[in-house]
Amino acid sequence: MSQDVIHQPSATKPAPSGTAGASASFIRKHMREYGILLALIVIMAFFQVVTNGILLKPINLTNLILQNSYVIIMALGMLLVIVSGHIDLSVGSVLGFVGALAAVMIVQWDMNYVLAGVICLAVGALIGAMQGYWIAYWKIPSFIVTLAGMLVFKGLTLWVLAGQSVGPFPRGFQLISSGFLPDVFGIKGFNLLSMLLGVAVVAVLLFFGLRSRFRNRSSGHDDEPALFFFARNFILAAAIVYLTWALSTFRGFPNVLVVMALLIAVYSFITSRTTIGRRIYAVGGNEKATRLSGINTERLVFLTFANMGMLAALAGLVFAARLNTATPKAGLGFELDVIAAVFIGGASMAGGVGTIIGAVIGAFIMGVMNNGMSILGIGIDYQQVIKGLVLLVAVIFDVYNKNRA
Amino acid sequence: MTTILQMQGITKTFPGVIALDDVNLSVAEGEIHALVGENGAGKSTLMKVLSGVYPHGSYDGVIEFKGEECRFSGIADSEKRGIIIIHQELALVPLLSIAENIFLGNERAAGGVIDWHETFSRTRELLAKVGLKESPQTRVTELGLGKQQLVEIAKALSKEVKLLILDEPTSSLNETDSEALLKLLLEFKAAGISSILISHKLNEISKVADTITVLRDGAAVSTLDAKGSAVSEADIIRDMVGRSLNDRYPPRSPQIGETIFEVKNWTAHHPQHSERKVCDDVSFHVKAGEVVGIAGLMGAGRTELAMSLFGKSYGTNISGTVEMHGRPVDVSTVNRAISAGICYATEDRKTFGLVLDDTIRRNIPLANLDGIANGIVIDEHRELDVARDYRERIRIKCSSTAQEVVNLSGGNQQKVVLAKWLFAGPEVLILDEPTRGIDVGAKYEIYAIIAELAKTGKAIVVISSEMPELLGITDRIYVMNEGRFVGEMPTSDASQEKIMSLIIRSGHRN
Repeated sequence: MSQDVIHQPSATKPAPSGTAGASASFIRKHMREYGILLALIVIMAFFQVVTNGILLKPINLTNLILQNSYVIIMALGMLLVIVSGHIDLSVGSVLGFVGALAAVMIVQWDMNYVLAGVICLAVGALIGAMQGYWIAYWKIPSFIVTLAGMLVFKGLTLWVLAGQSVGPFPRGFQLISSGFLPDVFGIKGFNLLSMLLGVAVVAVLLFFGLRSRFRNRSSGHDDEPALFFFARNFILAAAIVYLTWALSTFRGFPNVLVVMALLIAVYSFITSRTTIGRRIYAVGGNEKATRLSGINTERLVFLTFANMGMLAALAGLVFAARLNTATPKAGLGFELDVIAAVFIGGASMAGGVGTIIGAVIGAFIMGVMNNGMSILGIGIDYQQVIKGLVLLVAVIFDVYNKNRA
Repeated sequence: MTTILQMQGITKTFPGVIALDDVNLSVAEGEIHALVGENGAGKSTLMKVLSGVYPHGSYDGVIEFKGEECRFSGIADSEKRGIIIIHQELALVPLLSIAENIFLGNERAAGGVIDWHETFSRTRELLAKVGLKESPQTRVTELGLGKQQLVEIAKALSKEVKLLILDEPTSSLNETDSEALLKLLLEFKAAGISSILISHKLNEISKVADTITVLRDGAAVSTLDAKGSAVSEADIIRDMVGRSLNDRYPPRSPQIGETIFEVKNWTAHHPQHSERKVCDDVSFHVKAGEVVGIAGLMGAGRTELAMSLFGKSYGTNISGTVEMHGRPVDVSTVNRAISAGICYATEDRKTFGLVLDDTIRRNIPLANLDGIANGIVIDEHRELDVARDYRERIRIKCSSTAQEVVNLSGGNQQKVVLAKWLFAGPEVLILDEPTRGIDVGAKYEIYAIIAELAKTGKAIVVISSEMPELLGITDRIYVMNEGRFVGEMPTSDASQEKIMSLIIRSGHRN
């Protein structure tokens, strides 16, 4: 998560920071990144007020995280797919299929759930690889290949489950989604381990943020105005500390949150700091130029889809564990939530643009709206309309910004 | 002669930039008026003002066409008055037929139902006028660029054109097609149609233009009468760049060493028509410190040769050997070719050379990411140092290395492409049309970089359709035609006539 700090300071003119001109040009350049964060804050504040404070209650925050974990996990893979210039419509069906597979193996065959989980992840990666093979090496449009995959795996889910719901899962498997970090310190009503972990994360983030800012400074790297840097980090730190505190007073960090945070950190690092991440952006930006730069673009696209399949499988396990049953309807339409989250987060349909943090924030915007509107008792009909409009507005804002620049 | 177009005091500003500053332009009826200037001088902006792309009110100044003041609110307005612009990037729909393209948006139809009979017969008339012998039903994608250009002109004629604006019409045409196009302009002139011709090719301009207006930094710096006595190219260049370029090519004192790069019996076949050879038994070599040119017409197979050598990026059924320092090397993938020390800078930098929406900083290391990474982790500080180093060394003009390359001028984009390949550390650098579409001043800088590289002992191959350029910067020239090498000579013995005659004679043999 710390890498976006390095990613952001790239204002055009190396003007001295602190001056009004530099700040203005910096805002213009980074309108999008701040815009989306601001949008999330505004949306949260809005629902916090209209729900009379229910939104940020510890129990609801825990719910919010559990409800959105699988969307966020898949959004990480989807970001890579979309950045590479493709799309994956099959993830909802793959999620359902893997959940069904897990249920059959664990519940009906009595297989050890750890082994079953590993098999499921491998199956997911294999499914992604099969689709990626046609897309990367045969140049079949990803829209079509994954549309086919969506139908195939929806059908296979029904077949595997024989049209029935299968469950419940053993306790150990359920803990993926319903478990919390153990309360090792034994303080009643407060999970100190979670609190300490949260504070440690904040400290690490601040350390890396300051270090990179200091380094950028000393090498004359274009820089973010000090005000923005401190405001952004303060908001981030305050948010994490509040979240940590709230969760600690309830049951502590859900296991899923820990998994998710690790994944976000890893994928953020991969996209912003590694050669493979850089190559994926280059493929999406200009595939031909990238190939002529000696980069194996086919293999890269192939791997991107295999990775997507694996993350969809992981999301399938999380989802099945949360419901404690595998149903033929699991995953229906999830691909749309995931894709919407990535685009709200600033990725471009044309490829080459987008960030992990953006996709995560995009997913939270969708999640908070879902959650908030449900608390208010707004009907599912209006919810869909509002979510659709938010997606449209976010992308219009993007295009407007781009044309103006 | 009466004046058909009078543009007065045209000023157009974009946020922070004055693109046009009080420009006057007047075109007489039935003349060919050339507009020249470096890239970014304001030629295209001026034409966009004229054609209504920038509507009335978004600029200052007055446009009078045939004595009436015009306030165009869009391109449809200006077309109604007979002002038709043909852009550098052709605006044809590849999968539609010639006839459909010509009448696109202007269909011969009654109540929305297309009258194909009239469409085809009108198309045949128009094609005859521009001298294109093709069926109206041929799809545009099946035509070469030269013929597509003629379709564009036929489309303009279909709209009762009074003033035809051509933006670099010959930049991607070979000599024969260019000649034909210029002849057509002269025919139009005889028929009373005026044209504005934007071009970088000064020899063409001096051939057909009646008047030449030179733009520099958004202002019209001079208007030269080119009728009768030809204006000297030197004068035009001086006005364009604002200084005199005594030498268009930097001086060199070649120090040529051992043979580094040798290609033997290289043959490659067309990817779709596998019986057709695009390169036929080609052999050549390049020495350290040597600049070797490959001359030839468009479609001679030069780009295909280079790309098939560079990781088999073009063609099928490729045979032959490549040697570096006398030892055979594997060039079967781009990566292996780069590792062997061979780099290829494409002729089409926007499609094949750059990630346009990305920054200068991130484009430069793309062919050598390992060079800025520890393992798989990119060191952004090293990346920045590399970008700054090349920005300095080859003078990439930009506000910062965080600038996106799409916003750079053609010459600076080309420098970023060069920087990318230089950072990959090649011994052999194949440059395909390294100065295409860039202005005179930037060309000189590219030549200077090439000379500098040769001095450091690199072997350089330059593919170019501009013969004076090859004569100016190379040590030795190979001539290619129809997939074969048909001649070789030291540049000191070469001339345009010699090269052309080799091409023509070899063509007759088949």
